[in-house]
Amino acid sequence: MKYRSVFDIIGPVMVGPSSSHTAGAVRIGKTARKLFGIKPDHVEITLYGSFAETYRGHGTDLALAAGLLNFGTNDTRLPEALTIAREQGIRITITPDQKTQVAHPNTARLILSAGGKTLELVGVSIGGGKIEITEVDGFSISLTGSNPALLVLHRDKYGAVAEVAGLIAKYEINISHMEVSRHERGHLALMVIQTDEEISEALAAEIAGLQNMLNVAVLS
Amino acid sequence: MFTTVKELTEQSVKSGLPLSEIMIRSEMDTTQKSRDEIYHRMEKNLEVMEKAVDRGIHEQVRSHSGLTGGDARRLQTYLKSGRSLSGDTLLQAVSMAMATNEVNAAMGIICATPTAGSAGVVPGTLFGLRKRMQPTHDQMVRFLFTAGAFGFIVANNASIAGAAGGCQAEVGSATGMAAAATVELAGGSPEQSADAMAIALGNMLGLVCDPVAGLVEVPCVKRNAIGASTAIVAADIALAGIKSKIPCDEVIDAMYQVGRLMPAALRETAMGGLADTRTGRELKQRIFGGRAQNPAVEEK
Repeated sequence: MKYRSVFDIIGPVMVGPSSSHTAGAVRIGKTARKLFGIKPDHVEITLYGSFAETYRGHGTDLALAAGLLNFGTNDTRLPEALTIAREQGIRITITPDQKTQVAHPNTARLILSAGGKTLELVGVSIGGGKIEITEVDGFSISLTGSNPALLVLHRDKYGAVAEVAGLIAKYEINISHMEVSRHERGHLALMVIQTDEEISEALAAEIAGLQNMLNVAVLS
Repeated sequence: MFTTVKELTEQSVKSGLPLSEIMIRSEMDTTQKSRDEIYHRMEKNLEVMEKAVDRGIHEQVRSHSGLTGGDARRLQTYLKSGRSLSGDTLLQAVSMAMATNEVNAAMGIICATPTAGSAGVVPGTLFGLRKRMQPTHDQMVRFLFTAGAFGFIVANNASIAGAAGGCQAEVGSATGMAAAATVELAGGSPEQSADAMAIALGNMLGLVCDPVAGLVEVPCVKRNAIGASTAIVAADIALAGIKSKIPCDEVIDAMYQVGRLMPAALRETAMGGLADTRTGRELKQRIFGGRAQNPAVEEK
Protein backbone atom coordinates (compact mmCIF):
# COMPACT_ATOMS: atom_id res chain seq x y z
CA MET A 1 0.00 0.00 0.00
CA LYS A 2 1.46 3.28 -1.13
CA TYR A 3 -0.71 5.41 1.16
CA ARG A 4 -0.69 4.39 4.81
CA SER A 5 -2.33 7.23 6.68
CA VAL A 6 -5.56 9.22 6.43
CA PHE A 7 -3.32 12.30 6.52
CA ASP A 8 -1.80 11.27 3.21
CA ILE A 9 -5.31 11.98 1.87
CA ILE A 10 -6.54 14.82 4.11
CA GLY A 11 -3.28 16.75 4.03
CA PRO A 12 -0.63 17.99 3.80
CA VAL A 13 -1.23 21.55 4.90
CA MET A 14 0.73 23.34 2.24
CA VAL A 15 1.44 26.37 0.13
CA GLY A 16 -0.37 25.96 -3.22
CA PRO A 17 -0.88 25.36 -5.99
CA SER A 18 -0.18 21.62 -6.50
CA SER A 19 0.28 18.75 -4.05
CA SER A 20 2.25 16.67 -6.53
CA HIS A 21 4.13 19.47 -8.30
CA THR A 22 4.61 21.79 -5.31
CA ALA A 23 4.31 19.93 -1.96
CA GLY A 24 5.74 16.68 -3.39
CA ALA A 25 8.60 18.64 -4.92
CA VAL A 26 9.34 20.28 -1.55
CA ARG A 27 9.55 16.82 -0.01
CA ILE A 28 11.88 15.52 -2.74
CA GLY A 29 14.18 18.52 -2.23
CA LYS A 30 14.05 18.15 1.53
CA THR A 31 14.82 14.43 1.41
CA ALA A 32 17.79 15.14 -0.87
CA ARG A 33 19.08 17.78 1.56
CA LYS A 34 18.68 15.43 4.53
CA LEU A 35 20.46 12.59 2.77
CA PHE A 36 23.24 14.93 1.67
CA GLY A 37 23.56 16.08 5.28
CA ILE A 38 25.08 19.49 4.57
CA LYS A 39 24.25 22.60 2.57
CA PRO A 40 25.04 21.97 -1.10
CA ASP A 41 26.91 24.58 -3.18
CA HIS A 42 25.37 23.46 -6.41
CA VAL A 43 22.28 21.46 -7.30
CA GLU A 44 21.66 20.26 -10.83
CA ILE A 45 18.02 19.38 -11.34
CA THR A 46 16.56 17.55 -14.33
CA LEU A 47 12.79 17.38 -14.64
CA TYR A 48 10.91 14.75 -16.62
CA GLY A 49 7.36 14.10 -17.79
CA SER A 50 4.65 16.36 -16.45
CA PHE A 51 7.26 18.04 -14.21
CA ALA A 52 9.18 19.11 -17.32
CA GLU A 53 6.06 20.38 -19.08
CA THR A 54 4.39 22.31 -16.25
CA TYR A 55 6.98 23.09 -13.60
CA ARG A 56 6.75 26.84 -14.07
CA GLY A 57 3.01 26.97 -13.58
CA HIS A 58 3.16 24.82 -10.48
CA GLY A 59 6.19 26.48 -8.90
CA THR A 60 8.01 23.12 -8.93
CA ASP A 61 11.35 24.93 -9.21
CA LEU A 62 10.55 27.10 -6.19
CA ALA A 63 9.33 24.05 -4.30
CA LEU A 64 12.47 21.99 -4.95
CA ALA A 65 14.57 24.95 -3.86
CA ALA A 66 12.43 25.28 -0.70
CA GLY A 67 13.03 21.63 0.09
CA LEU A 68 16.75 21.99 -0.49
CA LEU A 69 16.63 24.83 2.05
CA ASN A 70 14.96 22.43 4.50
CA PHE A 71 11.61 24.31 4.39
CA GLY A 72 8.36 22.45 5.05
CA THR A 73 5.41 22.23 2.63
CA ASN A 74 3.56 24.95 4.57
CA ASP A 75 6.44 27.42 4.74
CA THR A 76 5.18 30.74 3.40
CA ARG A 77 8.70 31.63 2.21
CA LEU A 78 8.21 29.11 -0.63
CA PRO A 79 7.53 31.72 -3.33
CA GLU A 80 10.94 33.32 -2.54
CA ALA A 81 12.85 30.05 -2.15
CA LEU A 82 15.01 30.41 -5.28
CA THR A 83 16.11 33.87 -4.25
CA ILE A 84 16.81 32.72 -0.69
CA ALA A 85 18.80 29.76 -2.02
CA ARG A 86 20.91 32.09 -4.15
CA GLU A 87 21.50 34.37 -1.16
CA GLN A 88 22.67 31.34 0.84
CA GLY A 89 25.12 30.44 -1.90
CA ILE A 90 23.23 27.48 -3.33
CA ARG A 91 23.42 27.55 -7.12
CA ILE A 92 20.49 25.74 -8.71
CA THR A 93 20.26 24.82 -12.38
CA ILE A 94 17.11 23.38 -13.91
CA THR A 95 16.90 21.34 -17.09
CA PRO A 96 13.48 20.29 -18.33
CA ASP A 97 13.95 17.02 -20.27
CA GLN A 98 10.88 16.47 -22.41
CA LYS A 99 12.36 13.58 -24.38
CA THR A 100 13.48 10.88 -21.96
CA GLN A 101 10.69 8.44 -21.14
CA VAL A 102 10.20 7.89 -17.41
CA ALA A 103 8.13 5.32 -15.52
CA HIS A 104 6.21 7.98 -13.57
CA PRO A 105 5.20 11.34 -15.06
CA ASN A 106 6.37 13.40 -12.06
CA THR A 107 10.06 12.60 -11.86
CA ALA A 108 13.05 14.73 -10.85
CA ARG A 109 16.75 13.91 -10.78
CA LEU A 110 18.90 15.96 -8.40
CA ILE A 111 22.67 16.07 -8.22
CA LEU A 112 23.87 17.83 -5.09
CA SER A 113 27.46 18.81 -4.62
CA ALA A 114 29.60 20.64 -2.06
CA GLY A 115 33.37 20.53 -2.04
CA GLY A 116 34.27 17.07 -3.26
CA LYS A 117 31.04 15.45 -2.06
CA THR A 118 28.18 14.60 -4.39
CA LEU A 119 24.83 12.86 -4.15
CA GLU A 120 22.62 11.87 -7.05
CA LEU A 121 19.01 11.07 -6.37
CA VAL A 122 15.82 10.41 -8.31
CA GLY A 123 12.51 11.34 -6.69
CA VAL A 124 8.99 10.69 -7.88
CA SER A 125 5.90 12.58 -6.74
CA ILE A 126 3.10 10.04 -6.82
CA GLY A 127 0.15 12.27 -5.90
CA GLY A 128 -1.36 14.12 -2.97
CA GLY A 129 2.10 15.20 -1.81
CA LYS A 130 3.38 11.64 -1.37
CA ILE A 131 6.83 10.90 -2.77
CA GLU A 132 9.15 8.00 -3.40
CA ILE A 133 12.90 8.10 -3.78
CA THR A 134 13.61 5.52 -6.48
CA GLU A 135 17.34 5.92 -6.98
CA VAL A 136 20.34 7.03 -4.92
CA ASP A 137 23.80 7.21 -6.50
CA GLY A 138 22.76 4.80 -9.22
CA PHE A 139 21.24 2.24 -6.85
CA SER A 140 17.58 1.39 -7.35
CA ILE A 141 15.71 1.74 -4.08
CA SER A 142 12.22 2.41 -2.81
CA LEU A 143 11.97 4.95 -0.05
CA THR A 144 8.83 6.89 0.85
CA GLY A 145 10.26 9.18 3.50
CA SER A 146 7.30 8.51 5.79
CA ASN A 147 9.42 6.44 8.21
CA PRO A 148 12.86 7.16 9.62
CA ALA A 149 15.47 5.51 7.41
CA LEU A 150 19.15 4.71 7.30
CA LEU A 151 21.05 4.57 4.02
CA VAL A 152 24.40 2.82 4.24
CA LEU A 153 26.82 2.64 1.34
CA HIS A 154 29.16 -0.28 1.93
CA ARG A 155 31.43 -2.82 0.32
CA ASP A 156 29.52 -5.91 -0.75
CA LYS A 157 31.11 -8.31 1.78
CA TYR A 158 29.55 -11.10 3.78
CA GLY A 159 28.49 -10.14 7.26
CA ALA A 160 28.14 -6.42 6.49
CA VAL A 161 24.36 -6.48 6.66
CA ALA A 162 24.36 -8.61 9.81
CA GLU A 163 26.74 -6.25 11.62
CA VAL A 164 24.58 -3.23 10.84
CA ALA A 165 21.41 -5.07 11.82
CA GLY A 166 23.11 -6.14 15.06
CA LEU A 167 23.92 -2.54 15.98
CA ILE A 168 20.37 -1.46 15.23
CA ALA A 169 19.10 -4.20 17.57
CA LYS A 170 21.55 -3.04 20.26
CA TYR A 171 19.88 0.39 20.17
CA GLU A 172 16.48 -1.35 20.51
CA ILE A 173 15.25 -0.05 17.20
CA ASN A 174 12.81 -2.07 15.13
CA ILE A 175 13.36 -2.49 11.39
CA SER A 176 10.10 -2.15 9.40
CA HIS A 177 11.56 -2.58 5.92
CA MET A 178 15.00 -3.35 4.56
CA GLU A 179 16.56 -3.75 1.13
CA VAL A 180 20.04 -4.15 -0.26
CA SER A 181 20.94 -3.05 -3.76
CA ARG A 182 24.23 -3.53 -5.60
CA HIS A 183 25.65 -3.16 -9.08
CA GLU A 184 28.11 -6.03 -9.10
CA ARG A 185 29.01 -8.77 -6.67
CA GLY A 186 31.84 -7.82 -4.33
CA HIS A 187 31.77 -4.13 -5.19
CA LEU A 188 29.62 -1.36 -3.78
CA ALA A 189 26.20 -1.93 -2.27
CA LEU A 190 23.54 0.20 -0.63
CA MET A 191 21.45 -0.85 2.37
CA VAL A 192 18.19 1.00 2.87
CA ILE A 193 16.75 0.33 6.31
CA GLN A 194 13.45 1.83 7.39
CA THR A 195 12.69 1.82 11.10
CA ASP A 196 9.81 2.45 13.49
CA GLU A 197 11.91 4.56 15.86
CA GLU A 198 14.12 7.57 15.18
CA ILE A 199 17.77 6.79 14.47
CA SER A 200 20.22 8.53 16.81
CA GLU A 201 23.47 10.17 15.75
CA ALA A 202 25.29 7.79 18.07
CA LEU A 203 23.97 4.78 16.18
CA ALA A 204 24.83 6.33 12.82
CA ALA A 205 28.36 7.06 14.04
CA GLU A 206 28.80 3.53 15.33
CA ILE A 207 27.67 2.08 12.01
CA ALA A 208 30.04 4.40 10.15
CA GLY A 209 32.85 3.04 12.29
CA LEU A 210 32.28 -0.56 11.17
CA GLN A 211 34.57 -2.14 8.63
CA ASN A 212 33.42 -1.92 5.00
CA MET A 213 31.10 1.06 5.60
CA LEU A 214 31.70 3.97 3.21
CA ASN A 215 28.88 6.41 3.91
CA VAL A 216 25.97 6.58 6.32
CA ALA A 217 22.99 8.91 5.87
CA VAL A 218 20.05 9.25 8.21
CA LEU A 219 16.56 10.31 7.26
CA SER A 220 14.59 11.36 10.34
CA MET B 1 -7.61 -1.82 8.37
CA PHE B 2 -9.45 -1.92 5.06
CA THR B 3 -8.42 -1.88 1.43
CA THR B 4 -11.76 -1.77 -0.38
CA VAL B 5 -15.06 0.07 0.03
CA LYS B 6 -16.71 -3.30 0.58
CA GLU B 7 -14.42 -4.03 3.54
CA LEU B 8 -14.89 -0.53 4.94
CA THR B 9 -18.69 -0.63 4.82
CA GLU B 10 -18.82 -4.22 6.11
CA GLN B 11 -16.66 -3.30 9.11
CA SER B 12 -18.94 -0.36 9.80
CA VAL B 13 -22.18 -2.36 9.50
CA LYS B 14 -20.86 -5.27 11.55
CA SER B 15 -19.56 -3.10 14.41
CA GLY B 16 -22.35 -0.56 14.30
CA LEU B 17 -19.69 2.17 14.23
CA PRO B 18 -19.78 5.05 11.74
CA LEU B 19 -17.33 5.02 8.81
CA SER B 20 -15.43 7.91 10.38
CA GLU B 21 -14.82 5.79 13.48
CA ILE B 22 -13.52 2.88 11.39
CA MET B 23 -11.06 5.30 9.79
CA ILE B 24 -9.93 6.69 13.16
CA ARG B 25 -9.38 3.20 14.62
CA SER B 26 -7.54 2.02 11.52
CA GLU B 27 -5.28 5.07 11.76
CA MET B 28 -4.59 4.34 15.45
CA ASP B 29 -3.74 0.78 14.56
CA THR B 30 -1.45 1.59 11.61
CA THR B 31 0.43 4.50 13.15
CA GLN B 32 0.32 3.49 16.83
CA LYS B 33 -0.66 7.05 17.66
CA SER B 34 -3.27 8.00 20.24
CA ARG B 35 -6.85 8.89 19.35
CA ASP B 36 -6.30 12.40 20.75
CA GLU B 37 -3.24 12.99 18.62
CA ILE B 38 -4.99 11.80 15.45
CA TYR B 39 -8.21 13.68 16.19
CA HIS B 40 -6.34 16.86 17.02
CA ARG B 41 -4.36 16.71 13.79
CA MET B 42 -7.61 16.49 11.83
CA GLU B 43 -9.01 19.44 13.80
CA LYS B 44 -5.96 21.43 12.69
CA ASN B 45 -6.64 20.49 9.07
CA LEU B 46 -10.26 21.61 9.46
CA GLU B 47 -9.00 24.93 10.81
CA VAL B 48 -6.75 25.42 7.77
CA MET B 49 -9.69 24.66 5.47
CA GLU B 50 -11.95 27.13 7.22
CA LYS B 51 -9.33 29.87 7.03
CA ALA B 52 -8.83 29.29 3.31
CA VAL B 53 -12.60 29.43 2.68
CA ASP B 54 -12.92 32.63 4.73
CA ARG B 55 -10.02 34.22 2.93
CA GLY B 56 -11.37 33.33 -0.48
CA ILE B 57 -14.85 34.73 0.12
CA HIS B 58 -13.80 37.86 2.00
CA GLU B 59 -10.46 38.99 0.61
CA GLN B 60 -9.63 40.08 -2.90
CA VAL B 61 -7.52 37.01 -3.75
CA ARG B 62 -5.67 37.10 -7.05
CA SER B 63 -3.24 34.58 -8.50
CA HIS B 64 0.21 35.59 -9.73
CA SER B 65 -0.82 34.99 -13.35
CA GLY B 66 -4.03 36.96 -12.95
CA LEU B 67 -6.06 34.08 -14.41
CA THR B 68 -8.13 33.47 -11.28
CA GLY B 69 -9.35 35.16 -8.12
CA GLY B 70 -12.39 37.09 -6.96
CA ASP B 71 -15.02 34.75 -8.40
CA ALA B 72 -15.94 33.22 -5.01
CA ARG B 73 -16.78 36.73 -3.80
CA ARG B 74 -18.73 37.37 -6.98
CA LEU B 75 -20.87 34.30 -6.25
CA GLN B 76 -21.41 35.45 -2.67
CA THR B 77 -22.74 38.77 -3.91
CA TYR B 78 -24.99 36.98 -6.38
CA LEU B 79 -26.29 34.71 -3.60
CA LYS B 80 -27.25 37.71 -1.50
CA SER B 81 -29.30 39.08 -4.39
CA GLY B 82 -31.70 36.17 -3.89
CA ARG B 83 -31.84 35.48 -7.63
CA SER B 84 -29.94 32.17 -7.53
CA LEU B 85 -31.53 29.27 -9.40
CA SER B 86 -29.70 26.39 -7.73
CA GLY B 87 -30.42 27.51 -4.17
CA ASP B 88 -28.49 28.64 -1.14
CA THR B 89 -26.89 25.37 0.04
CA LEU B 90 -25.62 24.32 -3.37
CA LEU B 91 -24.26 27.73 -4.30
CA GLN B 92 -22.65 28.24 -0.89
CA ALA B 93 -20.77 24.98 -1.44
CA VAL B 94 -19.82 26.02 -4.96
CA SER B 95 -18.59 29.40 -3.78
CA MET B 96 -16.60 27.96 -0.89
CA ALA B 97 -14.94 25.34 -3.06
CA MET B 98 -14.05 28.13 -5.46
CA ALA B 99 -12.68 30.21 -2.59
CA THR B 100 -10.33 27.41 -1.54
CA ASN B 101 -8.95 26.88 -5.02
CA GLU B 102 -8.53 30.60 -5.58
CA VAL B 103 -6.42 30.76 -2.42
CA ASN B 104 -4.48 27.70 -3.63
CA ALA B 105 -3.83 29.29 -7.01
CA ALA B 106 -2.56 32.41 -5.24
CA MET B 107 0.01 30.22 -3.42
CA GLY B 108 -1.87 30.59 -0.17
CA ILE B 109 -2.08 27.94 2.56
CA ILE B 110 -4.58 25.13 2.01
CA CYS B 111 -5.04 21.53 3.06
CA ALA B 112 -4.73 19.05 0.17
CA THR B 113 -7.88 16.89 0.00
CA PRO B 114 -6.78 14.59 -1.58
CA THR B 115 -4.58 16.94 -3.63
CA ALA B 116 -4.06 20.70 -3.79
CA GLY B 117 -5.61 20.94 -7.25
CA SER B 118 -8.73 19.28 -5.86
CA ALA B 119 -8.55 20.92 -2.43
CA GLY B 120 -11.81 22.84 -2.81
CA VAL B 121 -14.42 20.12 -3.16
CA VAL B 122 -14.38 18.57 0.33
CA PRO B 123 -14.22 21.81 2.38
CA GLY B 124 -16.58 23.54 -0.05
CA THR B 125 -19.15 20.82 0.45
CA LEU B 126 -18.69 20.75 4.22
CA PHE B 127 -18.80 24.50 4.86
CA GLY B 128 -21.52 24.94 2.25
CA LEU B 129 -23.73 22.53 4.19
CA ARG B 130 -23.03 24.20 7.53
CA LYS B 131 -25.98 26.61 7.48
CA ARG B 132 -28.44 23.97 6.30
CA MET B 133 -27.32 21.13 8.59
CA GLN B 134 -25.81 22.91 11.62
CA PRO B 135 -23.20 20.18 12.23
CA THR B 136 -21.39 19.99 15.57
CA HIS B 137 -17.62 20.46 15.62
CA ASP B 138 -17.23 16.69 16.08
CA GLN B 139 -19.42 15.99 13.03
CA MET B 140 -17.27 18.34 10.96
CA VAL B 141 -14.07 16.60 12.02
CA ARG B 142 -15.69 13.22 11.33
CA PHE B 143 -16.72 14.42 7.88
CA LEU B 144 -13.01 14.65 7.08
CA PHE B 145 -12.24 11.18 8.43
CA THR B 146 -15.03 9.67 6.32
CA ALA B 147 -13.89 11.57 3.23
CA GLY B 148 -10.35 10.43 4.02
CA ALA B 149 -11.41 6.77 4.29
CA PHE B 150 -12.81 6.78 0.76
CA GLY B 151 -9.86 8.75 -0.59
CA PHE B 152 -7.49 6.29 1.04
CA ILE B 153 -9.12 3.42 -0.88
CA VAL B 154 -8.98 5.31 -4.18
CA ALA B 155 -5.35 6.30 -3.67
CA ASN B 156 -4.27 2.73 -2.97
CA ASN B 157 -6.38 0.99 -5.64
CA ALA B 158 -6.35 3.60 -8.38
CA SER B 159 -4.72 7.04 -8.27
CA ILE B 160 -5.24 10.55 -6.96
CA ALA B 161 -2.70 12.17 -9.30
CA GLY B 162 -3.85 14.11 -12.35
CA ALA B 163 -0.57 13.25 -14.05
CA ALA B 164 -1.39 9.55 -13.68
CA GLY B 165 -5.19 9.44 -14.01
CA GLY B 166 -6.43 12.81 -15.23
CA CYS B 167 -8.84 15.13 -13.40
CA GLN B 168 -11.20 12.22 -12.68
CA ALA B 169 -8.49 11.01 -10.26
CA GLU B 170 -8.34 14.39 -8.51
CA VAL B 171 -11.63 16.30 -8.63
CA GLY B 172 -13.46 13.03 -9.39
CA SER B 173 -12.03 11.37 -6.27
CA ALA B 174 -12.60 14.48 -4.15
CA THR B 175 -16.22 14.65 -5.29
CA GLY B 176 -16.81 11.00 -4.43
CA MET B 177 -15.15 11.49 -1.02
CA ALA B 178 -17.30 14.55 -0.27
CA ALA B 179 -20.49 12.77 -1.40
CA ALA B 180 -19.79 9.79 0.88
CA ALA B 181 -19.01 12.03 3.85
CA THR B 182 -22.15 14.10 3.25
CA VAL B 183 -24.26 10.96 3.50
CA GLU B 184 -22.78 10.12 6.91
CA LEU B 185 -23.31 13.70 8.08
CA ALA B 186 -26.96 13.51 6.97
CA GLY B 187 -27.47 10.27 8.91
CA GLY B 188 -27.42 7.88 5.95
CA SER B 189 -26.13 4.31 6.08
CA PRO B 190 -22.58 3.18 5.22
CA GLU B 191 -23.95 1.53 2.05
CA GLN B 192 -25.55 4.82 1.06
CA SER B 193 -22.17 6.53 1.51
CA ALA B 194 -20.66 3.97 -0.87
CA ASP B 195 -23.50 4.53 -3.34
CA ALA B 196 -23.03 8.30 -3.19
CA MET B 197 -19.32 7.92 -3.91
CA ALA B 198 -20.02 5.49 -6.78
CA ILE B 199 -22.64 7.81 -8.30
CA ALA B 200 -20.44 10.90 -7.99
CA LEU B 201 -17.23 9.31 -9.30
CA GLY B 202 -19.12 7.39 -11.99
CA ASN B 203 -20.43 10.71 -13.25
CA MET B 204 -16.90 12.10 -13.64
CA LEU B 205 -15.18 9.19 -15.40
CA GLY B 206 -13.06 10.35 -18.27
CA LEU B 207 -12.54 13.87 -16.97
CA VAL B 208 -9.17 15.01 -18.32
CA CYS B 209 -6.48 17.12 -16.64
CA ASP B 210 -5.82 20.02 -19.01
CA PRO B 211 -4.54 23.00 -17.04
CA VAL B 212 -4.11 26.13 -19.15
CA ALA B 213 -0.44 27.17 -19.14
CA GLY B 214 0.17 24.30 -16.72
CA LEU B 215 -1.29 26.42 -13.93
CA VAL B 216 -3.67 24.98 -11.35
CA GLU B 217 -6.26 27.61 -12.23
CA VAL B 218 -8.20 27.12 -15.46
CA PRO B 219 -10.30 24.98 -15.40
CA CYS B 220 -9.34 23.63 -11.94
CA VAL B 221 -11.08 26.31 -9.86
CA LYS B 222 -14.44 25.86 -11.58
CA ARG B 223 -14.15 22.07 -11.70
CA ASN B 224 -13.76 22.05 -7.92
CA ALA B 225 -16.69 24.42 -7.59
CA ILE B 226 -19.03 22.26 -9.64
CA GLY B 227 -17.56 19.14 -8.02
CA ALA B 228 -18.97 20.36 -4.69
CA SER B 229 -22.44 20.68 -6.20
CA THR B 230 -22.15 17.20 -7.73
CA ALA B 231 -21.17 15.80 -4.31
CA ILE B 232 -24.29 17.20 -2.66
CA VAL B 233 -26.58 16.05 -5.49
CA ALA B 234 -25.03 12.56 -5.47
CA ALA B 235 -25.51 12.39 -1.69
CA ASP B 236 -29.17 13.37 -2.12
CA ILE B 237 -29.64 10.67 -4.77
CA ALA B 238 -28.16 8.02 -2.45
CA LEU B 239 -30.12 9.29 0.58
CA ALA B 240 -33.30 8.91 -1.50
CA GLY B 241 -32.51 5.20 -1.54
CA ILE B 242 -31.27 5.07 -5.11
CA LYS B 243 -28.40 2.62 -5.55
CA SER B 244 -25.45 2.65 -7.89
CA LYS B 245 -25.87 -0.29 -10.26
CA ILE B 246 -22.07 -0.65 -10.39
CA PRO B 247 -20.55 -1.22 -6.93
CA CYS B 248 -18.25 1.53 -5.66
CA ASP B 249 -15.07 -0.60 -5.80
CA GLU B 250 -15.74 -1.38 -9.45
CA VAL B 251 -16.32 2.29 -10.24
CA ILE B 252 -12.94 3.05 -8.63
CA ASP B 253 -11.34 0.33 -10.73
CA ALA B 254 -13.04 1.70 -13.86
CA MET B 255 -11.59 5.12 -13.05
CA TYR B 256 -8.14 3.57 -12.80
CA GLN B 257 -8.53 1.74 -16.13
CA VAL B 258 -9.82 4.91 -17.85
CA GLY B 259 -6.77 6.75 -16.50
CA ARG B 260 -4.49 4.13 -17.95
CA LEU B 261 -6.14 4.50 -21.34
CA MET B 262 -5.82 8.27 -21.26
CA PRO B 263 -3.07 9.72 -23.47
CA ALA B 264 -0.32 11.73 -21.74
CA ALA B 265 -1.56 14.92 -23.45
CA LEU B 266 -4.64 14.75 -21.21
CA ARG B 267 -2.79 14.01 -17.98
CA GLU B 268 -1.46 17.26 -16.55
CA THR B 269 1.01 17.99 -19.31
CA ALA B 270 -0.93 21.06 -20.49
CA MET B 271 -0.76 19.71 -24.05
CA GLY B 272 -4.42 18.85 -24.65
CA GLY B 273 -8.00 19.78 -23.82
CA LEU B 274 -8.63 23.39 -22.75
CA ALA B 275 -4.87 23.99 -22.45
CA ASP B 276 -4.51 23.32 -26.18
CA THR B 277 -7.32 25.62 -27.35
CA ARG B 278 -6.37 28.79 -29.22
CA THR B 279 -7.16 30.93 -26.20
CA GLY B 280 -5.44 28.48 -23.86
CA ARG B 281 -2.24 28.72 -25.90
CA GLU B 282 -2.49 32.51 -26.11
CA LEU B 283 -2.86 32.76 -22.35
CA LYS B 284 0.22 30.62 -21.89
CA GLN B 285 2.19 32.82 -24.24
CA ARG B 286 0.98 35.95 -22.47
CA ILE B 287 1.87 34.62 -19.01
CA PHE B 288 5.23 33.00 -19.67
CA GLY B 289 6.36 34.22 -23.07
CA GLY B 290 9.47 32.20 -23.71
CA ARG B 291 11.11 32.93 -20.37
CA ALA B 292 11.70 30.95 -17.23
CA GLN B 293 9.24 31.95 -14.53
CA ASN B 294 11.82 33.07 -12.04
CA PRO B 295 14.89 35.05 -13.00
CA ALA B 296 16.71 33.52 -9.99
CA VAL B 297 16.86 30.17 -11.73
CA GLU B 298 19.20 29.20 -14.51
CA GLU B 299 17.60 27.15 -17.19
CA LYS B 300 19.71 25.25 -19.64
